[in-house]
Amino acid sequence: MEIRMVVEKSFGKFALAADFTISGKQIGIFGESGSGKSTLVGLLAGIHHPDRGEVFLDGECLFSSIKRTNVPAEQRRIAMVFQHPNLFPHLSVRSNLLYGFKRCAENNRSIGLESLVGVLKLENLLQRGVNNLSGGEKQRVSLGRAILANPRLLLMDEPLSALDDTLKLQIIPYLKIVSEQFRIPYLFISHSLVEMRLMTDQVLVVANGSIVDQTTPDQLARARMGESRVGYINLLKLAAPRRVDGLFAYRWGEGELLISAGNDEAEAVFEISSKDMILFKRHPEAISARNLFRCTVVDIFMVGNQVGVEVSCGSQKLVAEVTKQAVRELEISEGGELYLAIKASAFRRLS
Amino acid sequence: MLSLSPADYDAIWLSGKVATVAVAGSLPVGFAVAYLMTYLKFRGRLLMEVLITLPLTLPPVVVGYFLLLLLGKKGWLGPLLESAGIRLIFTWKAAVIASAVVGFPLLVRSIRIGMESIDSQLIQASRTLGAPWYDTLFTIILPLSFRGILAGSSLMFARSLGEFGATIIVAGNIPGVTQTIPLAIYEYASSPTSETMALSLCIVSVCMALGILFLHEVLGRKLSQRR
Repeated sequence: MEIRMVVEKSFGKFALAADFTISGKQIGIFGESGSGKSTLVGLLAGIHHPDRGEVFLDGECLFSSIKRTNVPAEQRRIAMVFQHPNLFPHLSVRSNLLYGFKRCAENNRSIGLESLVGVLKLENLLQRGVNNLSGGEKQRVSLGRAILANPRLLLMDEPLSALDDTLKLQIIPYLKIVSEQFRIPYLFISHSLVEMRLMTDQVLVVANGSIVDQTTPDQLARARMGESRVGYINLLKLAAPRRVDGLFAYRWGEGELLISAGNDEAEAVFEISSKDMILFKRHPEAISARNLFRCTVVDIFMVGNQVGVEVSCGSQKLVAEVTKQAVRELEISEGGELYLAIKASAFRRLS
Repeated sequence: MLSLSPADYDAIWLSGKVATVAVAGSLPVGFAVAYLMTYLKFRGRLLMEVLITLPLTLPPVVVGYFLLLLLGKKGWLGPLLESAGIRLIFTWKAAVIASAVVGFPLLVRSIRIGMESIDSQLIQASRTLGAPWYDTLFTIILPLSFRGILAGSSLMFARSLGEFGATIIVAGNIPGVTQTIPLAIYEYASSPTSETMALSLCIVSVCMALGILFLHEVLGRKLSQRR
């Protein structure tokens, strides 16, 4: 999927001017609140119209102020999942799900209700009204409704931001599974770096109504390490846990990670902050942290006054954050060897 | 005790008929006008808004006089209506027109309030799910503004039952033909011996108004429970 946008749009004092081309299947738009992310996707979906410019999707002109072209929103086949589920309150779950499906041309219908409700675990909700569903259920119905419209592009405009942390963890796997299983390219909008890294492989960075960067989610997270209170967030997908002395031991490369926030699920995603890691020059004599690894420095990068140290523990990589003084004292250099300690309680389970 | 003459029953029947036809006839137009004013930006919208609200602020007698100028034999549309064989003035149809014009702003305002309470993202969601504007209108906007439509219809119906000033100008006060409840009460009130008859029609009028309000509340609650 390729998106090309050269657009200008003003709302009162806010002005958006964007000029970019991006290709991929899991694209992110990252920016603070009010930076213009939602305006940008609104222009792509056809719910707003640019003052000037052009919008192309896979080479098809959706809008051109010069050629006076404007494909209406309903003909663009770009479905949206909003921050709030926006389910139609007078319709049942089933009717909500089928709203877009019924309006989709038969030759474009590759995803049906039966296959979708199984993936999203909506079987028992179909006959219910939407007003007494939980927040997570509503967002799953909203996602299902958009997928069943069989769009060629799915826009997800901060679909997790109205949910609390627990519900976010429940929804993220669905977002991934659905898009991967049904092979629908998506544009994911968020101001959360973690969500960007979990959901996308390329990111457009929007600030003050302009595109200021086009990068990978990992590079973005590294560049923002200094600004973030929690530093760089390492994300780890771990599997096959076993219980050890009240902790959960997960296979991690050639070794094991001991984590207190684990569970018995076969797979889980954890986050660990770069600030929660301690580097040692030599093997410490005794240490309370339950995870200690010998590692090799593979990259050193500066962000403001902080230094990011990417280390490799066998086949696995992590980023730790230290001060410049610590780099000097530990004589950290690329290719050098260190010891890395992480407390079992420092991991946070995401799913 | 209620004391009603056959002419009073005619007046009650006619009042109900006039109000029902006025509301039924105004509803599609009122819905369309409310839609235009809620969702479309166009030149002259402010002027349209002012013109629609005007009958609410004018004395009904003034509205009636303008209708007479418009629809009367020598009025602006009079010759046209006469050539088409349509006679409106001093018929029950004129009472319907008077009620419709006076009650129209109430209908439009209530429907607009209903439409404005619909989250714009529901409409955007509908469009991005492949629904053209008319599809969104009938499947999302119409059902979700139903409470506004119900409120507007009830208000307009009640207003029509009480309409006097404009009706007496364009429809006159002909018993059995154009005499509605307010006009009958006015006639009784002019005669010192008909106090009981006037009071009886007043009680009927109050009962009808209460009935409409109860019906409105019951339907409104049923609608809320369904969602």
